[in-house]
Amino acid sequence: MDELLEILEELHPEVDFNTCTRLVDDKIIDSFDIVTIITEVNNTFDVAIPAEEIIPENFNSAQALYALIERLEEEG
Amino acid sequence: MYFTSSIFIAFLAVMFALYYIIPRKAQWVLLLIGSYVFYAWAGLHFLVYVLITTVTTWYSAVRISDRQSQHKRWMKVNKDELTREEKKAAKAVMKKITRRWFLFALLLNLGILAVIKYTNFMIGNINSIFGTGLNFWSIALPMGISFYTFQSMGYLIDVYHGKAEAQRNLGKFALFVSFFPQMVQGPISRYNDLAPSLFGEHKFDSKGIRYGMERVLWGFFKKLVVADRLVVGVKALISTPEQYTGAWVALAMFLYAIQLYADFTGGIDITIGVAQMFGVKLVENFDRPFFSKDTAEYWRRWHISMGSWFRDYIFYPISVCGWMLKLTTWSRKHLGNVIGKRVPVYLAMAVTWFATGIWHGAAWNFIVWGMLNCLVLIISQELTPFYDWFHSKVHVQDKWGWKLFQILRTFILMSSIRILDCYRNVPLTFHQVGTIFTTANLGEVFPGLTGLGMSWADWVIVVIGTLLMLAVSLVQRRGSVREQLDAKPVAVQAALFAVLLYVVLIFGAYGIGFDANQFIYNQF
Amino acid sequence: MSKKRKSIATVAAAACLLVVCLWFSQRLLMPKYISEIIEGRLIGEYYDNAGGNDVVFVGDCECYENISPITLWEDYGITSYIRGSAQQLIWQSYYLMEETLKYEKPEVFVFNILSMKYGEPQNEAYNRMSIDGMKPSMSKWKNVMASMTEEESALSYVFPLLRYHSRWSEISSEDWRYMFDTKKSFHQGYLMRMDVRPVTTYPSKTPLADYQLPASCYKYLDMMVELCEKNGIKLVLMKAPSIYPVWYDEWDAQIVDYANEHGLLYINFLDKLDEAGIDFNTDTYDNGLHLNTPGSEKLAKYFGKILQDTYGLTDHRSEPETAAVWAEKVKFYNDMKEDQLWELEEYGYLKSYGGRPVESDGSDTDSDAEAQAGAENGADAGGQADAGGQVDAGGQVDAE
Repeated sequence: MDELLEILEELHPEVDFNTCTRLVDDKIIDSFDIVTIITEVNNTFDVAIPAEEIIPENFNSAQALYALIERLEEEG
Repeated sequence: MYFTSSIFIAFLAVMFALYYIIPRKAQWVLLLIGSYVFYAWAGLHFLVYVLITTVTTWYSAVRISDRQSQHKRWMKVNKDELTREEKKAAKAVMKKITRRWFLFALLLNLGILAVIKYTNFMIGNINSIFGTGLNFWSIALPMGISFYTFQSMGYLIDVYHGKAEAQRNLGKFALFVSFFPQMVQGPISRYNDLAPSLFGEHKFDSKGIRYGMERVLWGFFKKLVVADRLVVGVKALISTPEQYTGAWVALAMFLYAIQLYADFTGGIDITIGVAQMFGVKLVENFDRPFFSKDTAEYWRRWHISMGSWFRDYIFYPISVCGWMLKLTTWSRKHLGNVIGKRVPVYLAMAVTWFATGIWHGAAWNFIVWGMLNCLVLIISQELTPFYDWFHSKVHVQDKWGWKLFQILRTFILMSSIRILDCYRNVPLTFHQVGTIFTTANLGEVFPGLTGLGMSWADWVIVVIGTLLMLAVSLVQRRGSVREQLDAKPVAVQAALFAVLLYVVLIFGAYGIGFDANQFIYNQF
Repeated sequence: MSKKRKSIATVAAAACLLVVCLWFSQRLLMPKYISEIIEGRLIGEYYDNAGGNDVVFVGDCECYENISPITLWEDYGITSYIRGSAQQLIWQSYYLMEETLKYEKPEVFVFNILSMKYGEPQNEAYNRMSIDGMKPSMSKWKNVMASMTEEESALSYVFPLLRYHSRWSEISSEDWRYMFDTKKSFHQGYLMRMDVRPVTTYPSKTPLADYQLPASCYKYLDMMVELCEKNGIKLVLMKAPSIYPVWYDEWDAQIVDYANEHGLLYINFLDKLDEAGIDFNTDTYDNGLHLNTPGSEKLAKYFGKILQDTYGLTDHRSEPETAAVWAEKVKFYNDMKEDQLWELEEYGYLKSYGGRPVESDGSDTDSDAEAQAGAENGADAGGQADAGGQVDAGGQVDAE
């Protein structure tokens, strides 16, 4: 989780990712950010997030994103 | 049937009356029949294309869905006995089969679109490169083919990824593909967004219907009073480029922005309003785009359904696919972290904008238009640190003057790129835009306005109409205009509606003496 | 009243108000044809004069600018009316006949057969002038359906506002003045012209590829025959003595055959110039396209004799009531004649009757006539002979 927060904070230092739960809905992160996040996640966690998982529910908060990563690791 | 033709109004009236008389269970059937009548009006033979797309997509999606649920059931039963490897293997088998159906329908339908839309473009290019004299293929583009193909393919992809339930009723699916209000110029709806209200049962909801009619009328105003009147002037400016240089080009950019906005958003207002009259909820396609403060925002607010389609089904898949991630790793290693991580995103953007360009039309001007948009987006992305630095020094961020500057900057930038689809000739466009900086003829413009085929009266109407659109946009900042109107006394509402209808009937640029202008976006 | 009822009443009131506004606007925006293209008023003027006409003419300008009904009255006591309009096509003539029967049952219908050469709808502006003046009826609707060019919509004949709405920017005082009123300008559908402009050149008859008159015209000619038979009315075919546009002998032969076959009287006045005493040095006002009033009177004298001899039409002059009505018509006719003569004296041209000043005249008209002769090569522009200059004017006035 900390590694994930690091990735996110590097992108948007001004946002508190621990509390924000409307990252996509409030247009805080755009498609460009999402792709950057996915590439970073792939680098750090060795998890490939497929395009069909790019839905607001998975990217609205750091927690949701972390849950997604765990799920994908599980499914392997 | 043009939206602005009397036959469409008559068609709409009949459909509307029947819709709320027949049993509610049959409402979607009426919509289907109406949609096919509407489509057949454009040419009976065009129905063949729609039918092919409908049947192949429907059947493939059902097969994909069947195989997926079979897999799910099997997994549920055998979950505890299976090893992780066995599960993986079973999933792989399932994927392999569903992928076959998926690719079959996807390639077939995109293939049809590509062949119909791009054959002549390819022939033209081959002829000009190799000096050959290949004949062009005389084929008419079926109405709305780009829109319904994309809508169907979006559905197919969603079913394939398990995001949407496959529609087993062929009739209902046929309606999803051909729903008449959106056949002309979109919006491109997602199955999950559209299906519930499209197939649902609707009782006579006077408020929804009133809202729908108000929106249709406003669409008619934009289209008939502003867009179709202005089209004469824009055409005049564009058709004699050697005469209209310099300030005239700037004027053309400005006028075309207004015309396209009025035409396209007006058309979409009619589309969404008509759907609303039938209780069907369509996605919004515009969010006051000319108030955008940067290009990226503009593209989130203009033609939204198309932008999000390209984002979800082209940009994301390309930017996160396996080899792109590999490329990222590679480029980071060899080009350094800073440049390395940009390579894949920008590459995906370039592909997406190329596709967006060519989707708009089979011509180089559209491709250049797409690539220029991409370039502007990348540059503004790269300038972000500079702006951050700038704002840390100069605190203008929240000043309205700065916001206005940003809005104007975006408007001018987008207008100057958009002018490519006026001249439809890349070198000419660049030359014309160049003359803005080399020709000092601002003084010619005002006295020459009536030489553009528009009288002073026409200009007055256009200016008033544009100001009215601007005013409505400003009111929209406080939420839906119709909601605000609804809070007013009935007399005020009725009077406003009557006045607007009167204005459209008298000041609309329709009938003999005006070209029956099809919506600009219809041809894409 | 409940809240809902109140809302419904409010909406209904707004709707009514809107309809009223639209109706007033329609009156205001429709062209009035008062000082320009007065032919546009011909069809509408009939309704005040309907009833009691023994002879009704239908057809294009070759009717309404070649025969004077006042002369028919003065010399023979024949009551007649010309339901003519500019470039009236044969289906329009047919439906005007049909509509006339709603108002009166004449003894004789006369149809000028020039329009037999047009098998298809021609020109929106002329359609408007031929149809807009009709009162709403099934005949009018059928007329619209038969007459529309591709660009037109039937709805705009029902609601002319849809056609004329864009005239809002060119509304003149005339439009306000004649919003609910019109001006009387014609003499039983006859357009008076006292000026003279002799024939200078005769048209060369350029050979046509095909002389067969269109089947669609024969269809309506058959319908005319049938309509007249059913109602016991005599049908007479005429070809007015107009030199332009060209009337081919090959066409004439077909009409002669048709008339013989159906036992109709057909008179080609081009063959009777000497008998009627028409002199193209004095009896035309536009180089032979149309007769002027002295010419029209000569033709009426000649034609009236034939009509009376053939059909034994009643001489109504001895009926005091009819005579009183017609005395007024005659007075209006004579007054206008005097006024026109005065204008010719004073200005040298018919200033307030659509004449053109002499200065630009000569060359202008010559080229006009040549253009007409040339236009005959292609069948498309031929019938605009009567209003060649007026089409353009019309385009400006009512098209854009």
